[in-house]
Amino acid sequence: MTALKVTDLSKTFPVGGGLFRAPKTAVRAVRPMSFEVAEGETLGIVGESGCGKSTLARMLVGLLEPTTGRIEIEGKPLDNADPAAFGKLIQYVFQDPVSSLNPRKTIRQIMEAPLKRLYGMDREERAARIREIFASVNLREDFLDRYPHEFSGGQAQRIGVARALAAAPRIIILDEPVSALDVSVQAQVLNLLADLKSEFNLTYLFISHDLAVVEAVSDRILVLYFGTVVEIGPAREVFKTPRHPYTKLLADSAPVVGRPLKAPEQKDSELPDPLNPPPGCAFVTRCPRATDRCRTAEPKLRPLGEHQLAACHHPLEG
Amino acid sequence: MISFLKLLFRNRLAAMGAVVLSAILILAVITPILPLADPDAISTADRFKRPFSEGHLLGTDHLGRDLLSRLLWGTRLSLAVGIFAALIAASIGSAIGIIAGYFGGRTDNVIMRAVDMLMAFPYILLALAIVAALGPGLVNALIAVAAVNIPFFARNIRGVTVGLAGREFVDAARLAGMGHGRIILTELLPNVASTIVIAMSTTVGWMILETAGLSFLGLGSQPPQADLGSMLGEARSALITAPHTSIVPGVMIFLIVMSINLLGDGVRDALDPRLRSGALTRPRAVTLVDRRGNVPRADQKGLLNIQELETQFHVGPRIYRAVNRVSLHVNPGEAIGLIGESGSGKSVTALSVMGLVASPPGVITGGAVRYAGEDLLAASYDSLRAKRGQNVAYIFQDPLSTLHPLYRVGDQLIEAIQAHNRVPETQARAEAIELLKSVRIPNPESRIHNYPHEMSGGMRQRVGIAMALANDPDVIIADEPTTALDVTVQAQILSLLDDLRRERGLAIIFITHDFGVVAQLCDRVAVMYGGRIVEEGPTETILEHPAHPYTKKLMACVPELGGGKRRLEAIPGLPPVVHELPPGCAFAPRCEKATEACRAGEIPLAGTETHTVRCIDPEEELA
Ligand SMILES: Nc1ncnc2c1ncn2[C@@H]1O[C@H](COP(=O)(O)OP(=O)(O)OP(=O)(O)O)[C@@H](O)[C@H]1O
Ligand code: SF4
Ligand code: SF4
Ligand SMILES: [Mg+2]
Repeated sequence: MTALKVTDLSKTFPVGGGLFRAPKTAVRAVRPMSFEVAEGETLGIVGESGCGKSTLARMLVGLLEPTTGRIEIEGKPLDNADPAAFGKLIQYVFQDPVSSLNPRKTIRQIMEAPLKRLYGMDREERAARIREIFASVNLREDFLDRYPHEFSGGQAQRIGVARALAAAPRIIILDEPVSALDVSVQAQVLNLLADLKSEFNLTYLFISHDLAVVEAVSDRILVLYFGTVVEIGPAREVFKTPRHPYTKLLADSAPVVGRPLKAPEQKDSELPDPLNPPPGCAFVTRCPRATDRCRTAEPKLRPLGEHQLAACHHPLEG
Repeated sequence: MISFLKLLFRNRLAAMGAVVLSAILILAVITPILPLADPDAISTADRFKRPFSEGHLLGTDHLGRDLLSRLLWGTRLSLAVGIFAALIAASIGSAIGIIAGYFGGRTDNVIMRAVDMLMAFPYILLALAIVAALGPGLVNALIAVAAVNIPFFARNIRGVTVGLAGREFVDAARLAGMGHGRIILTELLPNVASTIVIAMSTTVGWMILETAGLSFLGLGSQPPQADLGSMLGEARSALITAPHTSIVPGVMIFLIVMSINLLGDGVRDALDPRLRSGALTRPRAVTLVDRRGNVPRADQKGLLNIQELETQFHVGPRIYRAVNRVSLHVNPGEAIGLIGESGSGKSVTALSVMGLVASPPGVITGGAVRYAGEDLLAASYDSLRAKRGQNVAYIFQDPLSTLHPLYRVGDQLIEAIQAHNRVPETQARAEAIELLKSVRIPNPESRIHNYPHEMSGGMRQRVGIAMALANDPDVIIADEPTTALDVTVQAQILSLLDDLRRERGLAIIFITHDFGVVAQLCDRVAVMYGGRIVEEGPTETILEHPAHPYTKKLMACVPELGGGKRRLEAIPGLPPVVHELPPGCAFAPRCEKATEACRAGEIPLAGTETHTVRCIDPEEELA
């Protein structure tokens, strides 16, 4: 069954302009994209800073109104950007665990908000539900009356996960959930997330810039470049046999024990200018396989091999 | 709350202000029950009586009214009006500020332009205009004073709110189903409350003064009702003949405004989080060195040789042993990796080398740092400053911490070059371009005119490296220089550093938490845990045969590309806090192999000439 279906979703931000002036130009942070996530699946989303990962995520939870396109969760369209309507279906776990908890509220107050606002539970029901959730995420109940600054990053992130679970969503978007954590604590949180997924039958969208972490937790991986999906495929294959030259560049750049150090890219390659994007393929200035066709025609995402899709005129061999 | 009051009263002036103000407030509150004469009872026979005359402690005014009584009733009225005006200004101004800051965009634009327009008028003119429009009277004066103070609150609170509204907990509240109103009231307001209190405590004094000013001009309280301003206004004509009629209300205004302002400043300082951590004390130029015990003797190892270094932070009664007898050396052309989790002491070790640890609270309490044999910890500030950049240079995680945001990168490079060598401007500029070229910045002739914010993160980090190279140092200490960068940029920076050490024979100490990075760049690696080195050896040996249980576990819990979907190894528990380290092995609480012996006492770093480990039951026998 399809948990999430996104059709032609895009976001354009106006730039410049003022109170009475029309915006000068626009940045296309997310270009029209379509994809599906199956129930129980973990879809990893990777890409470099500024490629539109967080913009996409914020649209999916209703924090940002899409410019075009539609979002369907379990077959039902969500067409108003109202976080409360989204909240019961899709939740968000934030990158910075400490800044995602209000410093002036106790953990109990933070946990109760979704139960009260989204489900209208009374006091006893809320207490029971919080007890259940805290047991699932291995947090002690006496944490409930403390304030956020008293917790370590790993604990705070578990509280963030607990809050997301309190809304009983079908889908959880994890936006760099472990990158602010210590390496020895990262694995604890990742394993907890895996357990919760099977316990509550959840679907995950896992955003990260750490390729190895994404590969370790995802079923499929979606590679974003400059607001466009350049490749989607099974986690096992995407980095092992990349079809898009950008995916290959990413995979070759990741530091791996036992691989000699080399810069996999020319030193002077230029990133595309968001205000003045190139007409054809956005990767053309950095691509070793680029031809004239790449400079004029935008490549479309098309199936290559059994499960992989890539947007490239001259894809690599599988 | 208690600690806040303690902090507040440590400030003598604020305490004095509080005492004076409370006395005045108490008097104002109990005025109705005091045995006072009727403040408005006229008795022309008793005009202008001097203070201390029979029945009139402070004398009488031009209509023979009792000044003491008028003073107390007037004070009561002035305080009430001032405080009321402050409350109104604070509520309306804060509401405007929060709304503008929270909604942002167009709402913000429209509201703040309107506020700017209000602020463009001279303050008192605006108040006069409002009273002129509404007609004289105390209530209208109050409205005018409140109105002219609204922009101040609106601007202040908006600034704080903008910062808060971008925080993730506000998004989280929206996803929890809260509406805008509830978010403003329950999420934002508690966080801006202290700012509102500060703004109020620093402005209420002026508002009292402004109301008094309007009354003085006859636009506020109307006769016969007394407030401090109107008392002054009526006394004006008799300033020479009966000065006490002016002095009495004048002194009171002075006392009120002074005490409120002193207290307000105290409140502001006490609520300032920076003051609470004692950070307002000026840091020293070099880290304080207070070595107890003997300085280790020079042992001719490496170009830069850190010996038994001990750096601590003394915060109140607590002592954080951030670096605990760390020894490390690096040879020319060699790259050594320092690996460990956050808080393990990597950065403090690095900063101690050139005395860059903030003091207070940092103190170097033992060991030596030798550069070409010379003990840097014993060096004078001047010789240390000459060596910073010239011999040992740093690259930090955030290049913005070394680049000044308001100067062009070229000018900063030129300044760095000229700081150590007196070369003419044109030559320095040519060298700067050469440097940018050597860190592979495309088109350096034009890039030299960029400001730091005009460059991408990877570009800036290259400029950071160029700055570090400006004076041709022999040792570079790089503290997580690539952690904030994307993988493709990281790969470029790493290969750049690698080339540099091969071409120039640079010695590199590379701090990171990523084994992949260490494996690719470093010849040797030292693993830190809880302020100590727990294992050191050649990179290959350690990656293939880690001897310390912590090293082994740490490597297992970092996923590596190419492993496919899988469950990761996790280390239970948390890294230790370095002010309450357990005796014996710091890793014992998280180690599966821990025994009584591990917790008993100090465990030495032991092993072979090249590979050492601090564990009594290592994973590999080091022969
Ligand atoms: N200014 C300070 N005041 C008090 N304690 C400090 C200060 N700076 C650092 N510390 C403490 O010193 C210890 C070592 O910190 P350090 O910054 O060296 O860790 P690190 O290994 O570099 O961590 P990270 O990976 O987070 O950069 C920590 O426990 C830290 O809390
Ligand atoms: S379309 Fe052309 S430029 Fe773009 S990635 Fe493919 S080969 Fe490279
Ligand atoms: S000394 Fe003991 S507790 Fe420490 S790492 Fe070795 S076996 Fe574990
Ligand atoms: Mg550090």
